[in-house]
Amino acid sequence: MSDKKEKRPDGREFDETRKIEAKVGVIKRADGSAYFAFGNSKAIAAVYGPRQLYPQHLQNPKKAILRCFYDMFSFSVAERKKPGPSRRSIEISDEIKRALYPVVLLENFPNTVIDVYVEIIEADASTRCAAINAASMALASAGVLMSELVTAVSVGKVGNAIVVDLSQEEEQYKIKKDGKEIKATTDIALAFLPRSKKISLLHLDGSIKLSELREAIELGKKICTKIEAIQRQVLKKLE
Amino acid sequence: MEILNITKDKIRELLEKGRRIDARTLYEFRDIVIEENVSSKAEGSARVRIGDTEVIAGTKLELVEPFADTPDEGILVVNAELHPLASEKFELGPPDVEAIKLARIVDRAIRESNFIDLKKLCIERGKLAWGIFLDIYAINDDGNLIDASAFAAVIALKNTKIPEVENGKVKFGVLSQKKLPLNEPPITITAYKIADSFILDPCSEEQEASTLKITVSITYGKEPAIHGLIKDGEEPIETEKLFEILEILIREGKKIHSKIK
Repeated sequence: MSDKKEKRPDGREFDETRKIEAKVGVIKRADGSAYFAFGNSKAIAAVYGPRQLYPQHLQNPKKAILRCFYDMFSFSVAERKKPGPSRRSIEISDEIKRALYPVVLLENFPNTVIDVYVEIIEADASTRCAAINAASMALASAGVLMSELVTAVSVGKVGNAIVVDLSQEEEQYKIKKDGKEIKATTDIALAFLPRSKKISLLHLDGSIKLSELREAIELGKKICTKIEAIQRQVLKKLE
Repeated sequence: MEILNITKDKIRELLEKGRRIDARTLYEFRDIVIEENVSSKAEGSARVRIGDTEVIAGTKLELVEPFADTPDEGILVVNAELHPLASEKFELGPPDVEAIKLARIVDRAIRESNFIDLKKLCIERGKLAWGIFLDIYAINDDGNLIDASAFAAVIALKNTKIPEVENGKVKFGVLSQKKLPLNEPPITITAYKIADSFILDPCSEEQEASTLKITVSITYGKEPAIHGLIKDGEEPIETEKLFEILEILIREGKKIHSKIK
């Protein structure tokens, strides 16, 4: 992937996401729900609430409390993941909350809690971005008041190429240097608010120069605007 | 002691005039004091004080089996303890979300920058390698535990000595003169937004008044490289503002970088 003219391992263009699949109303029991997939990275989200929060002392009389829980199915990855929260999933749950927090009009639901649960059915990198897209749509489908939708996509640098929606193969891309294999990928999870044009989540692993980071974020913002259109289209069918 | 809204108002009011409650300038750090080898039982250790904030980081090494997906590498495990001795805000028990986030920021800085050459810590492919267990303890929280912890971690790794091995077993308490195989150290530095201003190295009152923070880990090679970047806090950020802050962090981080010798 050193040559800009080359294509990606799965034949995609640098600014092309994998096939996006989005649905709402996938869990009837929940107040709102959605499914969002980037290729084989599949996330399902349910929203319960706004509902009464117990124990009562946790309630906030001024606004609702937003809680997010992210986890992966044990069989979503190559080597079985032990069920239950891990350090990684606790960190990601917190990041999903940060990504959604600015758009949810919590002041409208004092003393309540809004619970967002996201599970990964199959993981092929960019799962937290798929999770955020699913969660955002689930919140909207639950009728929770929001100032806008949240959209997320991963961007990064694979070899020397700035690409969008990294697959697992790309995330683990290595190059040979001095006879040793070294990681040559930078992975950035980006959540973008397309209406207010602000970044609500940024999480970078890898090694990148400032100018390349700028290029990656600009690409991510462009793609997020396209994802928002898909989210809106799917949500419209609900009405 | 929860900080009062009146204190937060005062902090915001002062910042509007470009001033801080302890008379520092916006990007000015408190004094940084480093003490090495605070525990002779540790393979490496360091105490870092930034103003009244204090953390101790230490390493222990063990011989372990490499992870299946990296059979030719040693192992690094980073853990952070936000112990109640350091603040009335912390509680006993397993690491909570803040402790986990802190440990993962430090872990990411070290791992993604290739600070430790983990490949050199493999002894027998798929069978035997060094495992580095890096634990960070908060001793006193007066804000900016992230930068202090990451700094202490780097210094503890720098003075870590590999234990002697006899018949494939570690001789605990007997250290060789061999140090860890290390590359360029990462500097981790955080900017906090309060009202419309960004500051560095907040005291605890300032930290509580903050609504957005950007943490970045940088190495200073030929050109600065970013290895970890996290946006935290309830507020979103504009792209232009983000890059403005990143440039400030890269510039100010260089000053801290010069303290690692």
